[in-house]
Amino acid sequence: MSRVIGKEEVADLVREALPKLAFELPSDIQAGLADALERETSPRAAEVLRLLVENARIAREDRVAICQDTGSVWVCLEIGPDVCIAGDVLDGVDEAVAYAYTEGNLRKSLVRDALFDRSNTGDNTPAFAEIHTSELPGARVHLMCKGGGSDNASRVVMLTPSAGRQGIIEAVLACVREKAANACPPLIIGVGVGSTFDKVAGLAKIALMRPLDVPAPDEMTDALERELLEAVNATGIGAAALGGKTTAIGVRVKTAPCHIAALPLAVNMGCSAMRRGTFEL
Amino acid sequence: MAEKCGMLGSAGQDAVRLRLPLDRDQLRELRAGDACTLTGPLYTLRDAGHMRLLAELEEKDGGELPYGLDGQAIFYAGPTPAAAGRPFGAIGPTTASRMDFAAPLLHDRGIAATIGKGVRSEAVREACVRNGAVYFVAVGGAAAYLAKCVTSEQTLSYDDLGTEALRRIEVVDFPVFVGIDTLGNDVYEEVQRTALGL
Repeated sequence: MSRVIGKEEVADLVREALPKLAFELPSDIQAGLADALERETSPRAAEVLRLLVENARIAREDRVAICQDTGSVWVCLEIGPDVCIAGDVLDGVDEAVAYAYTEGNLRKSLVRDALFDRSNTGDNTPAFAEIHTSELPGARVHLMCKGGGSDNASRVVMLTPSAGRQGIIEAVLACVREKAANACPPLIIGVGVGSTFDKVAGLAKIALMRPLDVPAPDEMTDALERELLEAVNATGIGAAALGGKTTAIGVRVKTAPCHIAALPLAVNMGCSAMRRGTFEL
Repeated sequence: MAEKCGMLGSAGQDAVRLRLPLDRDQLRELRAGDACTLTGPLYTLRDAGHMRLLAELEEKDGGELPYGLDGQAIFYAGPTPAAAGRPFGAIGPTTASRMDFAAPLLHDRGIAATIGKGVRSEAVREACVRNGAVYFVAVGGAAAYLAKCVTSEQTLSYDDLGTEALRRIEVVDFPVFVGIDTLGNDVYEEVQRTALGL
């Protein structure tokens, strides 16, 4: 018997979850920053990390935004084989976003059109919403409030198959060296490898959803994540890019099939105020 | 000589306490990487506001900077609305390089300092040297903390831009690091050099 999920259920979830995301840094990110502070030997980086840990406490206790850039809202409704939806299931999302951003005193950071009308929409809509199907039963909503600075520091590179694993590592490191300073480190780096030009960025984004305390589903991915994290932190860029041991507190990799000619790579930078969460419906 | 004080009461590096508007002689004593605190008025302006300001300057064709900006410091920031009894719930730096198109001209016209995050262009560095100006780095992602350093705010212009309006805000002990000093030293370049073992 299929369960039917309607637009009200999705909208209600988004309306309730957004303030929590804006005010409360996810516990795995908090733990990552606290660990980094404990390890740090550079006084300047330690000062930055202390400030970020204190910042999360203030935001949580005073119910104010962790970062002034409260982001564009990404909503990904994931449904299993036992779930039915109608074509309008996402139609309540924008109203929920407008409500949450207005009532929560969050910043409105969206313009009407990227090129032809850069006037502010005034309520942080539209959200960027999509539907994924999954083999997992039930339904859940992945939410991310994505800051502009870290998204700007992201990129898609179409590598050739011969570049291989080493090519992926070098391209990720190049992106970190060039862009980390703009992306508010310590970073959480989402890496997508495979699929097609348009889909690989989505892979990198969904990779960011896996919490830092949940290991990769297979050994090869886990090994690559560890190697990338070590290499990124060996750059010495550090917190706020002012030098230090921790440039990233996590690297998350998601791979997929692709064309014989292709090795698509996407790097989606997540900032130290990584606001994301998965909520069961 | 600038007064030294403990950075945010921590055991870390000493911070130089600076008053706004900034004293140019004091600016010359700062070095890239120094921790400082700022107290006094700052002016928030970011992408769309800079485009407006430059269009106004072009129209005026000379004369003093409008809105009392001469000699002041621009903070690249778009705050959230008021919250928790404070002028803003959160306010922090945005990526400074997006304002590189405007910074050299604004320094030449009298802006003493900019505050943001991330690497600047060579043209901005040269403008700092040419004008005895400084680029300060604030910590991105610490906006709830930084909002507690803001005591008041007043919108001066471009109100229709929402968060991107030109505002005059008063800050107390606002923590920053020197990103580019008046000699053109760049903290990010120094970090990069150290990282590469050069």
